[in-house]
Amino acid sequence: MSDHVHETGYDDETHSDMGHVASKRVLLTTWGTLMVLTVVTVTASKVDFGASELNLLVAMVIAVIKATLVCLFFMHLKYDKLFHSVVFVSAILLATLFVTFALMDSNQYQTDVYWQQKDYQPTSETDKAYPVLQPY
Amino acid sequence: MATAATTIDSSGAPPEPSYLTVKRGFRNWIVTLDHKRIGVMYLIGITTSFLLGGVFALLVRTELFFPGSQIVNEAQYNQLFTLHGAIMVFLVIIPGLPAALGNFSLPIVLGAPDVAFPRLNLFSFYLWCTGAALMLLSLIVNAADTGWTFYTPYSTTTGTAVVPAVAGAFVLGFSSIFTGLNFIVTIHKFKPKGMGWFQMPLNLWGIYSTALLQVLATPVLGITLLLLLVERIGRIGIFDPALGGDPVLFQHFFWFYSHPAVYIMILPAMAVMSDLITTFSHKHIFGYRFIAYSSVGLAALSFLVWGHHMFVSGQSKLASMVFSALTFTVAIPSAIKVFNWVATLYKADITLKTPMLYALSFILLFTIGGLTGIFLGALNVDVHLHDSYFVVAHFHYVMMGSALIAFLGALHYWWPKMFGRMFNERVGQVCAVLVFIGFNTTFLPQFVMGARGMARRYFDYDPEFTRFHQVSTIGAFLMGITLVVSFGNLIYSLFRGRRAPRNPWGGTTLEWQAPSPPPLYNFYAHEQPVLYPIYDYSDLYYDEKEGGWLRRADAKPEDEAYEP
Amino acid sequence: MSSAAHDEGAHAGHGHAESPFIQHHFDDGAHQFESGKLGIWLFLGQEVLFFSALFVAYIIYRHNHPEIFEYAHRYLDVRLGAINTGVLILSSLSAAWAVRAAQLNQRRALIFCLAVTLLCAFGFLGIKYVEYAAKIHHHTLFGKRFAPHEAPDGTEIEQPDGNPGKDAKGQPTAKEPLNTVGGVKAQPIEGSKGPPPGTAPVVPGDPSASKEEPASAQAGVGVLPAIEAQKAAGAKIDTESSARPPPNTGMFFTIYFLMTGLHGVHVLAGVFVFIWLLWRASKGHFGPRYYGPVDFAALYWHLVDLIWIFLFPLLYLIA
Repeated sequence: MSDHVHETGYDDETHSDMGHVASKRVLLTTWGTLMVLTVVTVTASKVDFGASELNLLVAMVIAVIKATLVCLFFMHLKYDKLFHSVVFVSAILLATLFVTFALMDSNQYQTDVYWQQKDYQPTSETDKAYPVLQPY
Repeated sequence: MATAATTIDSSGAPPEPSYLTVKRGFRNWIVTLDHKRIGVMYLIGITTSFLLGGVFALLVRTELFFPGSQIVNEAQYNQLFTLHGAIMVFLVIIPGLPAALGNFSLPIVLGAPDVAFPRLNLFSFYLWCTGAALMLLSLIVNAADTGWTFYTPYSTTTGTAVVPAVAGAFVLGFSSIFTGLNFIVTIHKFKPKGMGWFQMPLNLWGIYSTALLQVLATPVLGITLLLLLVERIGRIGIFDPALGGDPVLFQHFFWFYSHPAVYIMILPAMAVMSDLITTFSHKHIFGYRFIAYSSVGLAALSFLVWGHHMFVSGQSKLASMVFSALTFTVAIPSAIKVFNWVATLYKADITLKTPMLYALSFILLFTIGGLTGIFLGALNVDVHLHDSYFVVAHFHYVMMGSALIAFLGALHYWWPKMFGRMFNERVGQVCAVLVFIGFNTTFLPQFVMGARGMARRYFDYDPEFTRFHQVSTIGAFLMGITLVVSFGNLIYSLFRGRRAPRNPWGGTTLEWQAPSPPPLYNFYAHEQPVLYPIYDYSDLYYDEKEGGWLRRADAKPEDEAYEP
Repeated sequence: MSSAAHDEGAHAGHGHAESPFIQHHFDDGAHQFESGKLGIWLFLGQEVLFFSALFVAYIIYRHNHPEIFEYAHRYLDVRLGAINTGVLILSSLSAAWAVRAAQLNQRRALIFCLAVTLLCAFGFLGIKYVEYAAKIHHHTLFGKRFAPHEAPDGTEIEQPDGNPGKDAKGQPTAKEPLNTVGGVKAQPIEGSKGPPPGTAPVVPGDPSASKEEPASAQAGVGVLPAIEAQKAAGAKIDTESSARPPPNTGMFFTIYFLMTGLHGVHVLAGVFVFIWLLWRASKGHFGPRYYGPVDFAALYWHLVDLIWIFLFPLLYLIA
């Protein structure tokens, strides 16, 4: 039932009896890229792109790139069975589904949310001038 | 070739001790790595919890026999139904079929010696015990009164012992996750040669789908309960409107798990049903691939419908509409299964043994439960029916009438394999019929009550509902007594039951080639199971001397059934 | 046909002896390794979902109340966060290298890499301790316990007992009642009668009524659309370097402590796992024929790193 991986000697750098052996080059390059991207993301956060959403987008794109590098190379997903990636990506997709629906729902009723303290009574003259939102 | 015709050698003693008798003693059981022993220990724990939860149910129903206070006051009543719900959901139904019976049967059905991670399996059991102990702690100290759903803001502000109950459920969640993880890896990595995905018994498709849900959905319950605990202890404010939190968010978090959870309850039940129905019809299951795909499809779709528990909780109209529409789709895979089972029964040679009686009950009760779920999924109808007894009846039809009945059916089905004894068939059949009658007596009136306005979790009620409640209570006691008798029948068989043959029911899956009860590694070393085409009954015949079913291919020249 | 493989003879198929750590219900080491690999990936999948609810909470609260996040994130020290990111990335490298070392039977390298990973984990926890200690000191805690004396830019915040605040130069700030943020006060929702656009922020009223309120239960800024409307109308709204946090700012720290706290618990668990691995490696348990525990622990550790890769920009790098 299990495929016996072709047996090789101990000294073979790229093959092991089970599982793929990461090369020094791949490990160090990945690490270097991750460090560079960290510097980039910190720098980018100080740059004003106009809207704050763009900063968030840039930060998230960089984070996703870093995450992909970690998954593919440090976690060997590039060389592993596809099913492992399916498991991991499914979990992420489910989490995304969760976020989407919850956000969509909460977005809809935000106009009903009474962000102030419930029994807030205005005290100053200027405050009293404005009608206070009452909870239903 | 497996010599299925003989279970004993010429001296009369089995060649190896069974898993029950090898290495006796409490200490050997409590640290066992054998999936069968772990399954038996789960079974003991789960049936005990079931008894406890059942006692709470009967107390609830006694209280409701007349309007007004009978045996408890309002606060205690809240605690009664909370404990009943929490115990039944977290300690009995969710672990029930997978942990107790799945643990026992899964490796044997695969012809494997054990699950993939036996130590993790034992750890899951310890977690179950810890969770049970924590829930018991809550019961002893000041039982939680929040309902098993622990809704905020009540659960964060009530004075009862919510923390142990929630902590218990949290721990039980991880027991469930690790069991599911174990089963997925076992099914992927321990299938025998010749058993591809579409030669697997349908029981395993169901267990696999359940395990996917256990692994992917339960962590969300974990984090939700953790947040609840931290909120309650540390007042962090995530669900507290006074601090800017959102109590409806709790419900989103809770139901994102708890809807797939109900499919964790029903999928193993449906899985067993497929095997039971085909075995006792002596006929190949109708629509194997449809049932297989519908199991996985149901697991996937179950993630998309959680909002239907929140239609009147303040959820936005847009979300409610989307969830309502998606809820209708989730009926489709379930319906596919029911159609296939009924088609299997058509023109089949049906044997009405105890497990089959439970299976037939299941089909009817699940249909009722499932359809009433559709009523509740319709947005406008749910506004009227939400939090009424209609909902109570619906979920008891699916959780008790379907999942628990399937558990009983599976228990009777595998009992001879697990303990090597046949229970009294007549008593079993009568109990199965009485459970069916008792169940419907209990819960059918609740549909009517609910539609007429009787609210759930209410301690007192308008006198117009009295008759309904009384019929319901009588049914509950009938069911309770019958269940005790049927468990008694099973336990009695351990002492006085006839010794079970390897294949008492005529099943074609691999566990029926193992000895009853099996040895430590499930099959004797010299007798490896043989894979026959799935659900092919043509080769099986009933042998009077054996008291069970045999294969013509295994017949020796001296046997009557021998065909050269 | 499956084999009830509990006899040692079944293992003799390979030229090299199997590791003594191969369990008997597996066919061989490769079977055990593949099973373990699938198992750990399933575990990582469930860990993603375990954290998911916190990300949901973050996204919802930030989407609906960005002012809280924009104000409060400046209490965090970006340098410490960035150092922690670097530390974790280094530990990921050493964990991945440890797996390689085990696969190539390089025992000393394995022990070294595991030790580096462990040191980085301690470093991470140490920096976290420093950060948490600072927050406790400044009273920037979760929920009701959010009661800072200073705004992120150093300006003192008026306390509920009525002490006037001072700005960074020590000059008293204008006495504003607790129910305003930079002078913007309660706004009714759009549709009801609101103030004319372009109205300048108002003179503070009598703060005595709000003295009894705890600092966190500040009634104040109304619903977000109103602020946007006022901004669009050109009113000078100072929601950023104001001397007073927006209402319910404690929510940021609730989410911060939940996310980093849960993450920290996972780092701590990883510490125990790597100590165990280090002990086993020193005893020579691991080699090319058996290195599953190293591989699986490294995968877990990479997940811990992955989560931090997202936490860092989301919590520390808000623009």
